[in-house]
Formats: sequence, C-alpha cells, structure tokens
Amino acid sequence: MHQEYTVIEGDFVNAGKASSSVKKTLKQLNVNPQVVKRVVVALYEAEVNAIAHAYGGKVIVDIDADKIHMVVADKGPGIPDIALAMQEGYSTARPEVRDMGFGAGMGLPNMQKNVDKMNVTSEVGVGTTVEMEVNFN
Amino acid sequence: MTLKEIVDKLGATVGLGADKLDREEEYCFASDLMSDVLTLKDTPVLVTGLCNVQTIRTCDMANLEVVIFVRGKRPTEDMVELADENDMILICTPYSMFKTCGILYGAGMKPLY
Ligand SMILES: Nc1ncnc2c1ncn2[C@@H]1O[C@H](COP(=O)(O)OP(=O)(O)OP(=O)(O)O)[C@@H](O)[C@H]1O
Ligand SMILES: [Mg+2]
Repeated sequence: MHQEYTVIEGDFVNAGKASSSVKKTLKQLNVNPQVVKRVVVALYEAEVNAIAHAYGGKVIVDIDADKIHMVVADKGPGIPDIALAMQEGYSTARPEVRDMGFGAGMGLPNMQKNVDKMNVTSEVGVGTTVEMEVNFN
Repeated sequence: MTLKEIVDKLGATVGLGADKLDREEEYCFASDLMSDVLTLKDTPVLVTGLCNVQTIRTCDMANLEVVIFVRGKRPTEDMVELADENDMILICTPYSMFKTCGILYGAGMKPLY
C-alpha cells in the first residue's frame, strides 16, 4: 500500500495529519498497537521537523505485510552536522516552534529509538530526507 | 483515583468526556514539551500548560486519553473536535502546574519516573 502526503512550512494546525492517517491504516491492518505507536511517534516527529525547520515537503509511506517504510523529504536549509543534530538536547528551533511545544532537541534521537532502520541525508541549502523502516514482527 | 475525584480536588471543569469520569487512573506525567511526551511508553494522565492542537495530536500519537490543562487554559473548538474523534477526556483547572502536581501527588497519583 502506497500513500503520499504533502506538508507545508509552518502549518502546525495540520502537523500530524499524515501520521494520524497512517495510524488508522495500521490499526485496520491489525498491526500490534505497540508497533503502531513506535511508527506514528517517529513519523510525527519527522513531520513536525519538516514543518518546523524546513519549508515543507512530502511524506511517502509504503506498507507491506511485514513492515512499513517511511520517507519524509523536505526542501529546506538542510542539516550541516547530522551527528550533532542527532544528539539529545540539540535544537535550533525558533520561538514560534517552541510555542507549539517543540524544540527540546529530542525528536531525532526519539525517532532513532523507535524505528528498526533510519537514514538521514541532507544537503545544506537544498533539503533533508529522513528514511525510516519498522518491522511489524 | 477516579477522574471525578481529580476534577473535585482541582476545582476543575470538564471540557470533554464528562460522561467518562468513573474512569480510574494511577499515573501522571507533567510536561509542556511534546517531544518529551512522545518518549513515553506508558499512557498516564497528562498535565500540561500547552493548550493547542499539537497537544491533542501528540496525545493521539502517544495513545494518551486524559489531559489536564492548567492555569485556566481552555481548549478551542478545533481541539475539542479532534479530541472527540480520539475519545479523549479534557479537564481544565484554574490552578498552576505546581499546585496541580502537588495536589495530585499528595492524593496518591504516581509518577512514571
Ligand atoms: N528537516 C530538517 N531540516 C533542517 N534542520 C533540521 C531538520 N530536522 C532537524 N533539524 C535540525 O536538527 C535539530 C534537532 O532536531 P530534533 O528533532 O532532534 O529536535 P527539535 O526539532 O529541535 O526539537 P524536538 O524534536 O524535541 O521538538 C533541529 O533543531 C534542527 O536544527
Ligand atoms: Mg524535532
């Protein structure tokens, strides 16, 4: 099953729509609730990052019988130092983002903890792509 | 402790789910940081001063169903609508975060950590 969603810069009202829809789909497919939570928490954090730190982008989800593959690709400033960004507590979030309850620098490390495979690629001035995979069993 | 007891102790009003106050809860977690809430493996009652749509979305992702908003913050219609879709219960207290947590802790609600 293939799904695509568009996320828009600064659109916090709709942040989480893609994750919410994926949650419904996985529930219908009777995926273990603990696994569903890991998937949607990771996807939601990635979605919020694309809205908060970049200029929006795309969420691409592919669901198989035994796993889910997720790509969140944005156009944005990119991440100059990915290893630094992955550290707990590191954040460059703007005040508007902090007002929305984000900017603790916990998103990327939490995504890493929740998924089975994660790959972040980024080019400064172009954008960032976060690829994640979670096995259902 | 039942949600009814919590509402009474906090001088609170119920923004959504007034028919579900018989529900028993044991654990509480207080935070205004949604990424912090997203690290929880359990599903405690959330005490927060952050009152916007992202609070509700975060609870949806984290499977949290009960939220206590402190300092007189009231959920907007959009928030209530989204929370209703997820069968949530929204409670509003005029008390501060500190006072709310003190009362709940004193009354026997347990921390996660
Ligand atoms: N898609 C992105 N584009 C550009 N920079 C990003 C992107 N995602 C993350 N970053 C950078 O990495 C930092 C750390 O991201 P992370 O998600 O861990 O924390 P945060 O978003 O700042 O706060 P939190 O996720 O806890 O709300 C960000 O503050 C930002 O500097
Ligand atoms: Mg983040």
